[in-house]
Amino acid sequence: MFDGMPRRVVSLWFPRLASDRALRLRPVDGPFALTFKHSNANRLYCLNREAEQSGLHRGMSYADARAFCPGLHSRPATPDGDRRFLHILRRWATRYCPWVGLEGDDGLVLNITGSAHLLGGEDALMADLRDRLTRAGFTVQAGLADTRGAAWALARHGEGVAPIGEALTALAKLPVAALRLDDDTSVALQRLGIRSIGDLAAARRAPLARRFGPGLLMRLDQALGAQPEDISPLPDPPHYGVRMTLPEPIGLLADVMEGTRRLLDQLCGKMKTHEVGARQLCVTLRRLDQDHQQVELRLARPLRDPHRILPLFERGLAEVEAGFGIDQLRLEATQVDPLPVQQISHAAHRDKDQLDDLVSRLGTRIGLENIHRFLPADSHIPERSFIIAPAAYSDPERGWSRPRPRPLCLFPPEPIAGTGPQPPARFRWRRMSLTTGRAAGPERIAPEWWLEDDNWRSGLRDYWRVETTQGRRLWLFFTPQAPGWFVQGEFA
Amino acid sequence: MTHQTVPFFPPKPSRTHEVCGAGALVFALALATRLGGPVLWVREGWKPDLLHPVGLLDFIDPADLLICNTKDQIDVLATAEEALRSGAAPLVVMEIGKPFGLTEGRRLQLAAKEGKATGLAVIPDGMGSNAAETRWKCTPVFDPVDSTLQRWELIKNKSGTLGVWDVRWDATSRRVIMVPPAGK
Repeated sequence: MFDGMPRRVVSLWFPRLASDRALRLRPVDGPFALTFKHSNANRLYCLNREAEQSGLHRGMSYADARAFCPGLHSRPATPDGDRRFLHILRRWATRYCPWVGLEGDDGLVLNITGSAHLLGGEDALMADLRDRLTRAGFTVQAGLADTRGAAWALARHGEGVAPIGEALTALAKLPVAALRLDDDTSVALQRLGIRSIGDLAAARRAPLARRFGPGLLMRLDQALGAQPEDISPLPDPPHYGVRMTLPEPIGLLADVMEGTRRLLDQLCGKMKTHEVGARQLCVTLRRLDQDHQQVELRLARPLRDPHRILPLFERGLAEVEAGFGIDQLRLEATQVDPLPVQQISHAAHRDKDQLDDLVSRLGTRIGLENIHRFLPADSHIPERSFIIAPAAYSDPERGWSRPRPRPLCLFPPEPIAGTGPQPPARFRWRRMSLTTGRAAGPERIAPEWWLEDDNWRSGLRDYWRVETTQGRRLWLFFTPQAPGWFVQGEFA
Repeated sequence: MTHQTVPFFPPKPSRTHEVCGAGALVFALALATRLGGPVLWVREGWKPDLLHPVGLLDFIDPADLLICNTKDQIDVLATAEEALRSGAAPLVVMEIGKPFGLTEGRRLQLAAKEGKATGLAVIPDGMGSNAAETRWKCTPVFDPVDSTLQRWELIKNKSGTLGVWDVRWDATSRRVIMVPPAGK
């Protein structure tokens, strides 16, 4: 039976990933540590070599560390950033082989079976790997063996390369902890006198299995290759871009629209499998003279219906200068939002769709951020009793309440002549002389002192609803703390 | 007691109409209440007067209102035309500041006809376009007991007679009610 190529696995361990990353961004001389607040105490999260040499260790409280080492530089740790960075490293490592997985929070595992010769053999590959990572400022320990377990053991415990089929020889001297065992098991094994992996492999299996369960022997077998272990590479995030290169340049609007339609069909199919909808699309048209023109489209709602998106492109594409002709079209969804598949119901959603399409279309003309809707807000200040939100990024909310009559329209307060707390009998406003016929009030509204607002500097306001004999019904207010009369709104 | 409704209100559907005067807002909102559904309100973004959603509760639900802020009147007309043509909103209100020509007015009419939507231009006094189907002038009237009294004058009507009516807004039934003019 053909055995195929022997499996070769590289395990990388970054013992100081977090602090190396922080020092790469902003280098510091001398002892350095990252601190992380855990259960109300700042503890050392990760530290560099100088800090370790001056006697600090991980998990130590930050106050103690400062006492031991007064010159310690520190920064807060960002574990999320570290995790993201490990994903970046993982992606970088695919330059060596396509099969790269994560190993815990601070390691990578590469299956280099059949790809080592591309970089000049295993030794050259390892040297290159180590070179590049060291140059980038990372402390790295690498192990190369037939199995993931053996490579892990070599990376964490004294680096090295196990030649093909000789995992046991390479591992024999390593402590049992190198088999990815938990602390209890490894301590118990040491109490039995089994200190190294060589001892463990030589011991009789049945008593071990009875004493420690199947987990221990599974780890041993995985390291020695008697039991398989997978490396799962992470999926690449989906890319929502399609393009079409044309043998002959095109220039007519109808042709460009047809090309866009074909691209949209492809893109929407892809978006459908991933259950997302486009929020922002961009068509790039490459002309014969290597010039690029872009047409952007922002949608009021995530969409993936080609026949609804296409008409929205018409306006943008009509403005494109075709020059000597366009020979490549590229369509990319630059922003996507989740859009799960929905059951189509008999209830009419058509009106809502129509309105969304209209908002998208108007958005291409006047800008999507200029189409607003009102949302209720919890404030008794008239100007702040509502929020103006962009319609494309908000949902309509019902549940408005109105404790007292409010005007139909509001404007910035316009001063009028008047004295005293009673509404003036006659006043001029917007070049009209008005006579008060009936006044209802006052309704006192106090400023919200917890918010800074220049318009409410004048303090309390006593609002009056004034009906003039000329017909206009106005909303006036008087400011008792800085006497003055203003008009702020108009009623029905 | 039966209340009479105002003749010619709501004005002819699938057409563009005009309203002027200090009570124009009430006319627009009464029409929005009558037609129902979403309302698109197109205005120039720089204008300081803004609808107050809490005050609209007597007429429509503010959730049904979409405001488009545009940079100038050309954009107001273009936006309104596009909205009318799509027919997604039964009523499109546009706030107009300067007089516009017959061409623009006619285009709005065609768009409204195509989209089966009603357009309403809120115009300053005496700045109508000849293409409008009807033009209304609404002025609030002082009344010692009623604070919603208005006088609605139909000052242009392409398919009917003109008239003057005194109306008031009934908030409970959400409709316009005609009242006999005082002194008759």
